Amino acid sequence: MTDVLRIENLHVSVADKPILRGVDLELHRGEVHALMGPNGSGKSTLGFAIMGHPGYEVTEGAIWLNDVNLLELEPHERARLGLFMAFQRPVAIPGVRMADFLRLAASNMRNPDRQEGEELIPMRQFRKELLEKMKQLRMDVEFARRYVNDGFSGGEMKRAEILQMAILKPKFAILDETDSGLDVDAVRLASQSIAEIGRKEMGLLIITHHDKLLEHNPPDRVHVMLGGRIVETGGPELAQELHQKGYDRIRAEHPEAAEAERAMRAETAQAP
Amino acid sequence: MITDTGKKKPEADIAQVEINKYDFHTEERYVYKARKGLDEEIVNQISDLKGEPDWMRQFRLQSLKIFQSKPLPRWGGNLDEIDFQDIYYYIKPADRQGRTWEEVPEEIKRTFDRLGIPEAEKKYLAGVKAQYESEVVYGSLREELAKQGVIFLDTDTALKEHPDLFREYFGTIVPPSDNKFAALNSAVWSGGSFIYVPPGVKVEYPLQAYFRINAENMGQFERTLIIVDEGAYVHYVEGCTAPMYSSESLHSAVVEIIVKRGARCRYTTIQNWANNIYNLVTKRAVAYQDATMEWIDGNLGSRLTMKYPAVYMLEPGARGEILSIAFASRGQHQDAGAKVVHCAPHTSSRIVSKSISKNGGRSSYRGLVRVQRGAHHAKSNVVCDALILDPHSRSDTYPYIEIEEDDVLIGHEASVSRIGEEQLFYLMSRGLSEAEASAMIVNGFIEPLVRELPMEYAVEMNRLIQLQMEGSVG
Ligand SMILES: Nc1ncnc2c1ncn2[C@@H]1O[C@H](COP(=O)(O)OP(=O)(O)OP(=O)(O)O)[C@@H](O)[C@H]1O
Ligand SMILES: [Mg+2]
Repeated sequence: MTDVLRIENLHVSVADKPILRGVDLELHRGEVHALMGPNGSGKSTLGFAIMGHPGYEVTEGAIWLNDVNLLELEPHERARLGLFMAFQRPVAIPGVRMADFLRLAASNMRNPDRQEGEELIPMRQFRKELLEKMKQLRMDVEFARRYVNDGFSGGEMKRAEILQMAILKPKFAILDETDSGLDVDAVRLASQSIAEIGRKEMGLLIITHHDKLLEHNPPDRVHVMLGGRIVETGGPELAQELHQKGYDRIRAEHPEAAEAERAMRAETAQAP
Repeated sequence: MITDTGKKKPEADIAQVEINKYDFHTEERYVYKARKGLDEEIVNQISDLKGEPDWMRQFRLQSLKIFQSKPLPRWGGNLDEIDFQDIYYYIKPADRQGRTWEEVPEEIKRTFDRLGIPEAEKKYLAGVKAQYESEVVYGSLREELAKQGVIFLDTDTALKEHPDLFREYFGTIVPPSDNKFAALNSAVWSGGSFIYVPPGVKVEYPLQAYFRINAENMGQFERTLIIVDEGAYVHYVEGCTAPMYSSESLHSAVVEIIVKRGARCRYTTIQNWANNIYNLVTKRAVAYQDATMEWIDGNLGSRLTMKYPAVYMLEPGARGEILSIAFASRGQHQDAGAKVVHCAPHTSSRIVSKSISKNGGRSSYRGLVRVQRGAHHAKSNVVCDALILDPHSRSDTYPYIEIEEDDVLIGHEASVSRIGEEQLFYLMSRGLSEAEASAMIVNGFIEPLVRELPMEYAVEMNRLIQLQMEGSVG
């Protein structure tokens, strides 16, 4: 039986403001799903909720990894079960070297019962692995010594997220606009790398506004989010259509979600 | 016999074992233990036992008067709970100083073994002094350095063996009248390091002293004097620890440093006092033409630390640097900082202070930059960053700037930050526990300073921070 990530009727609020209003999604390991939708529709919110960000409160519904109730787990426990999210906006940790950070993270992922202060992956072994992965991603070795996301260019940050995924080898990965900020060549490389890292080993949820990342990772399913709900699910042809024609048809056919979207936008605009 | 005073939890985790590394008490078998309390009799006793010249006895007695006449400082931290009559001012742990570890009484040797001193000595030190209570019980210096004329002695022995050199400098940088605790130290001082580096000699590896308080209600008053002659270089490192008791102990040192023309001195402190120690220390250096003085100060532990290493730049081209890290946890107040005084033109200074407050701890930066009239083209840059880990903790900044000259360049930046939820979440989403994540953020915060330490001390510093972060301390 393959691993499965199951999201059921998920409602999420941020600062008491409802954002997700009943999301259902089932992702099996080995599948690629694309998640599309206009700005502000709730795509990143879904990612944060799956990873367990404390600011994203689940008010209703459930998230399961096989038979484990993820809502009872802290973010690091979810990560150690094999969940990963490449952030839309990665966070800088000044003074902390990529290599040191990744070594600790990888040690935890590979030994999920590891306690604080217990042994890390041997330095030499890890260095070798890291350098190999960086070479694959055509990253400068200097990168390992830089501080996590500190002063990285937009593209460098996204590459660093892919590098982390390659090292941590999750079962499920949410890639939140990992293609934005990358130049044309870099997107192609990223797309290839994701496929090489093991598209077949992972369940991938690719959040994107473009089609380049999907080139080497053809989606089994394409979901469209609007106003905090998944309003349509289809095959690759749905992504094609949205790229060419935008979201007008979606809004027209789902007036209730479109209305929610308008309400959410109005509220955001009024926020102090 | 060595007994662990740290109460072991059933799940004796790594952190707990590590804390016990410092928190153990060695059975007291002393050669001499003066009675508690401070008066002329005690001061005379100390001087008698040491067989000092009369001028030193007079210096001590005079200092005692100054101590008694000065009120407690009303700034900094709360000193009201120190009971000066409830402290042992002098404890002699051994008959004589060992030149090999075998000559050190077995139990005391085991103490330093546990603290890793002999091992470090073999690996990367040019010389070691180990002080236990009031006296230095072990001393070494690599032979080739001794041959080059380097002197590294405990301060008592230096007074006997190099009386002229000693008298020329002793008490000239920090006179007893400087402050109440300098006066106290001058009255009852014992132990500490004396270093002289001859012109042009560069001591490649660090000289290290380790100060251990073992007895309860102990007062440790070491006195350090370092003279770096023209064009010479030395890196001196001190470490300090004590076991945890319910009542308070006092550590009040005076450190005087003279850095002559073109010379450089680096003084690194990594202290990890138990939480019952009042640590009230006066550290001051003077730098002559083109000389550089660097203080690197890691303040962990203690109940209250008040310490402001100073550099007086007396001649053109002199440079002073003070880099400090303070970590205040529950029940702790770190009032630490720096003082730079530009007395000559074309002098420069840099102060970098990083403080971390956690679990209700309080850390303050208190710093003074003074540019005297005539010290034109002085340059000074101050950066102090505070990181607060929770809402119960506190950080304050007291920067004082006194400038009597127009043509100067002074920069001051201060920042206070809290560990961000977004940073924690990012790291935790990669499998780091919350404790690991905040420790990593804190290590990153102090990294720019730790980077300046030799590797061994950087590792030590990070390890100590890690211990504090794991929260079992305090
Ligand atoms: N931390 C937060 N604080 C306040 N509002 C938030 C927060 N996170 C999300 N929101 C709000 O929730 C809504 C959905 O945001 P989300 O980031 O999930 O959208 P998205 O679909 O990822 O958009 P984009 O395509 O622009 O990345 C928006 O109105 C946004 O302002
Ligand atoms: Mg988004």
